[in-house]
Amino acid sequence: MTQVGTRGLKKYFGEVKAVDGVDLTIHEGEFLVLLGPSGCGKTTLLRMIAGLEQPSAGEVIIGGQVVNELPPRARKIAMVFQSYALYPHMTVFKNIVFPLKAQGVKKDQWQQKVEAAASMFRIETLLHRKPRELSGGERQRVALARAMVREPSVFLFDEPLSNLDAKLRNSARYELKRFQQDIGTTTIYVTHDQVEAMGLGDRIAVMDLGKIRQIDTPHEVYHEPANTFVASFMGTPPMNLIQRNNVLVGFRPENFLPKEIYDVSADLKSFRFYVRRVEHLGSDRLLYGFLKNDGDEEDTATIAKVPLNVSVPIKEGQVYEFAVRTQNIKLFDRATGLRTENDGI
Amino acid sequence: MGANGNKQEFTGRFRHIWDRERVIAPLLIAPAILYIAVLVGIPFFMAIYYSLSDATIGDPTLNFVGLRNFQDVLMDPVFRQSLKNTLIFTFVSQIFVLVLSKILALALLQDFRGKWLVRFLILMPWTAPIALGTLGWLWMLDSIFSPIDWMLRYLGLLGTPGAILGANSNMYWLGVPALAMFSVILVHIWRMLPLSTVILLAGLTAIPQEILDAAEVDGAGFWRCLFQITIPLLFPILAIAFLFGIVFTFTDIAVVYVLTQGGPIHSTQVLASWAFFKGIEAGDLAQGAAVAVFLFPVMAGVAVLILRFARRTEVT
Repeated sequence: MTQVGTRGLKKYFGEVKAVDGVDLTIHEGEFLVLLGPSGCGKTTLLRMIAGLEQPSAGEVIIGGQVVNELPPRARKIAMVFQSYALYPHMTVFKNIVFPLKAQGVKKDQWQQKVEAAASMFRIETLLHRKPRELSGGERQRVALARAMVREPSVFLFDEPLSNLDAKLRNSARYELKRFQQDIGTTTIYVTHDQVEAMGLGDRIAVMDLGKIRQIDTPHEVYHEPANTFVASFMGTPPMNLIQRNNVLVGFRPENFLPKEIYDVSADLKSFRFYVRRVEHLGSDRLLYGFLKNDGDEEDTATIAKVPLNVSVPIKEGQVYEFAVRTQNIKLFDRATGLRTENDGI
Repeated sequence: MGANGNKQEFTGRFRHIWDRERVIAPLLIAPAILYIAVLVGIPFFMAIYYSLSDATIGDPTLNFVGLRNFQDVLMDPVFRQSLKNTLIFTFVSQIFVLVLSKILALALLQDFRGKWLVRFLILMPWTAPIALGTLGWLWMLDSIFSPIDWMLRYLGLLGTPGAILGANSNMYWLGVPALAMFSVILVHIWRMLPLSTVILLAGLTAIPQEILDAAEVDGAGFWRCLFQITIPLLFPILAIAFLFGIVFTFTDIAVVYVLTQGGPIHSTQVLASWAFFKGIEAGDLAQGAAVAVFLFPVMAGVAVLILRFARRTEVT
């Protein structure tokens, strides 16, 4: 188990600042997810930790040692790639044994180590096959077996589930989490999928434009976003942000419900909500509309996510009284986008 | 109204003629088939027919003589010398071409300043007319004015008593049998290198970066990566490059013709040049044709084997 960190890590490609000053500490045995939209620099950050990319500035620290000058093979890391990057001309056995050979592990240990890794991912029967004869899920498990066979100190995952179909992805996610908890190896996992991030991470680092915007537990990142970027990136649909004076008033669509369902004693903030469109999504109803203003502020597009057990009838083209509990309202500074204290609302 | 209706019917029937596969496919493929039939097929069958006849330039009437030309040709020591030379010329040059082009392609894959210039220079031998480039080499290898000899003399390797390459003032590159073969092979490597490099470069860029990254993370150094990942993944394309090289070299006449005319004393004579000298210059069409088609079955077999190997090593 190893601690991993970066200090002032930067990577510039010409004018483009792919990673722009990242300070990060990943604790021993932690599962950290790097989450962000395409092009936010998360993969570049991971590749710098792996040693596949040289930083323009800053340090990568693995196990207390600055490893900037070390090649990937000397960093005791294992990486699983988005495409799995299995060696297509080798059988599954040869794929898994490759890191052992490359690291000079003695030949008499190969068989036992490969079998142990294979049985962990239930691919013992596939050892003689070539990658092209495997399904997507099997390939992914081979890639995991190849990564763990050499007992690395750190696992790096670059969107390893994104090539699986939706159903398989759920079970693979569960297996991945269980596997990581079993062996307790420090893990850094890159994804753009917030469901994966919420489900897998002990902590999530949300990235945008080469910077880390927030790093916290999934619960905190979702419920206490540090800025408007995180607020609008997390959640489907994202947090509503309504402009009032110099602040942005944020609340999640699932917290924005018809006023009549709340207790009379509840501490509420009410809005008049004009519903323009209703979408029935099975477990929820999505209501698209905007808030009717008494003042001179513009109408703001707003979404409400009403669960099925709230059976209040809602029609398109009508205005309803909706409300949010005050504790679920988050305020952001309009100029900086940063969280401010909830006062005066 | 009637005429108008007819016209509509007419345009209706032919309006989508270019969308019909049955019309457009044969039309598009026809030039290629015509080209092969007229410029490759007819001469090929003529050559086979000539090789079974007694035609000469003086008397081009064709009388069937069976395999007599092949028997005669096989008895000819020059033919056997040419056959041996062809094999040496081809395989030695192709092995060098493969190894050198692999190195060049790997180098050209890296990013460095002035890469475009290096690429341009490497492609030059291929883009220049063969005869012209070879004429340049003819001067370079001249028996008296060779600049290579001049440099060797300047470095003290030649022309002084006790020098490594001898006390003579010149190497006589094209005048000494072994050196002549060496020179012919050298020039041929120079000429074939660009094509092979470009083919391998295409193959190298087709290897996904993630696979090379994975190998690096897995602990493979440069050589392990090269011999266990890159080269095995390149096998199909290496095989194609090798096949191209062999076919080009077997059938090549330009380098030998310009540099040595097959000499000295047939030491650089290859089948292609010998077929030309025998059939065209000496006028014995039948025997020239026999020499020319002699290796066809062997080449066809080699091509089948290499293509099979290429397919077997394909991984996707």
